[in-house]
Amino acid sequence: MIEISGVILIEGLIYGIMALGVFISFRVLDFPDLTVDGSFPMGAAVMAACLIGEVPFILAFILTFIAGILAGMTTAVIHNKLKVPGLLAGILTMTMLYSVNLRIQKGSPNISFLRVDTVFDKINGVFKGFMSSTWSMLILLLIVFLVIKVLLDLFFHTDMGLTLGAMGNNEQMVISQGVNPRVLKMLGIGLSNGLVALAGALAAQYQGQADVNLGRGVVIMGLASVMIGEFLIKSNKIAYLTIRVLLGSIAFRGIMFLARNLTFLSLKPSDLQLIYGMSIILLLILTRRKEKKSRRVG
Amino acid sequence: MLELNNIGKVFNGGTVNENRALKNINLKVEKGDFITIIGSNGAGKSTLFNLISGSYSPSEGSVIIHDRDVTDEPEHKRARHIGRIFQNTMLGTASNMTLEDNMMICSKKGFKGLKISLNKSRRDFFRSKLKDLDMGLEERLKDNVGLLSGGQRQALTLLMMVLSEPDLVLLDEHTAALDPKNASLVLDLTVKFINEFKLTTMMITHNMEHAIKYGNRLLMMDRGEVILDVKGEEKKNLTIKELIERFHNIRKREFANDEALLSE
Repeated sequence: MIEISGVILIEGLIYGIMALGVFISFRVLDFPDLTVDGSFPMGAAVMAACLIGEVPFILAFILTFIAGILAGMTTAVIHNKLKVPGLLAGILTMTMLYSVNLRIQKGSPNISFLRVDTVFDKINGVFKGFMSSTWSMLILLLIVFLVIKVLLDLFFHTDMGLTLGAMGNNEQMVISQGVNPRVLKMLGIGLSNGLVALAGALAAQYQGQADVNLGRGVVIMGLASVMIGEFLIKSNKIAYLTIRVLLGSIAFRGIMFLARNLTFLSLKPSDLQLIYGMSIILLLILTRRKEKKSRRVG
Repeated sequence: MLELNNIGKVFNGGTVNENRALKNINLKVEKGDFITIIGSNGAGKSTLFNLISGSYSPSEGSVIIHDRDVTDEPEHKRARHIGRIFQNTMLGTASNMTLEDNMMICSKKGFKGLKISLNKSRRDFFRSKLKDLDMGLEERLKDNVGLLSGGQRQALTLLMMVLSEPDLVLLDEHTAALDPKNASLVLDLTVKFINEFKLTTMMITHNMEHAIKYGNRLLMMDRGEVILDVKGEEKKNLTIKELIERFHNIRKREFANDEALLSE
């Protein structure tokens, strides 16, 4: 049981970082960004290249983050310059990234980390004897998540962060304040995909391989996590908004674990995409119900 | 301070839907002017504001602000000089953010850096300014703006606009969406701020009484043209009846001209 909840928490934390990125694009910027399905495996690919090339971990994560930012900025530039909807811009980048990722992985769709030390192997090595590998991974990921969360909270308190917060809500207001909305979108979508790529790098190391198909359905998982989080906590404070993304992510992982293990459903791993999609539909129905109710009360 | 030279705006040019929204507008606004603008729907009032603020670029002519040609400057750059308030009360504030966040964003025009400026002294400053509005908003700094009424929202937008110290204020029927009580409240506040801070203002209104009562200059627009421009003493003595009469006189003459042209 402890082992199972450990897995759920670890996955929740890794995918929670990705969900933070989705939260920034979908919720803060109101920009439905599908780049995520490409930048997640891109993070994995860049990390694979770094591990094989024996790049130090810190530098490897920085490179991953930068790669994600560039992917996001590509989407923002397509959207800004060609005036196409964000949805299309994201799909374009995502499609192109598939080829780019294969290039980074030198043409092989799958790179195993069996022969290299991942960040988790390293941390297990350090804490061997003190605690189990699950615990050391959990503690590492919790620290990573909290650092990212606190930095994000701080960012959203700065003048720039506040203005970014107003973007998705009221672009006209941002323009009226003399701020270029295109620059803000570049920053926001870039930051979002940077986080997604980081999560991709962690997920690949956790699974022991980088796979170009790792990104399939990731954006839907992220969105589901964000939406579940919104059910759990209602607030307008950024500190709560970011922590509820994590809670939503852990809850989503828990629900998915249950779905996989309800034997009478006799689900196969290939059914997961269907379940991800259906969970979003269910969440949308629930959200609508809730909104209707609160409108009647108000 | 603001100059419009031969401004024209054509929508859907070259198609069957061609619409000349503005024709040959020449206007010079001096510092400290308070200009009221009236005209029926489709007269081109809002288009005029969109051209000044840069939401649209003109088909012909030039826009000069502070002796600088800004015709091709994007809206967000020009916005550093301009404080604009819309009829739609939702456009001035971000509803899912708090009052203090909104006020912070609107405190200073231009690029926002990675500085945390919202601190206690800022909050105290905001609170004291909100107190002047006399709406009880000083107790609600941490509330989302979405919870405010339309009148409160527009008053807040007005306050934030004034605090950002714009050179030119554009009010686009900013009280039209409010109920009569709130509308007069916001209008009184507007006039108070304009006088207090000597704001150069252009105000579109549907209310002829207000157009006459406030400001030092009145423009009447019709079908894309400024057909009446009254200033100073002449404006002070204007009455609604006279205004309507003059409108009919001007338009009748043109009508006669059209007929003369057609009969030839």
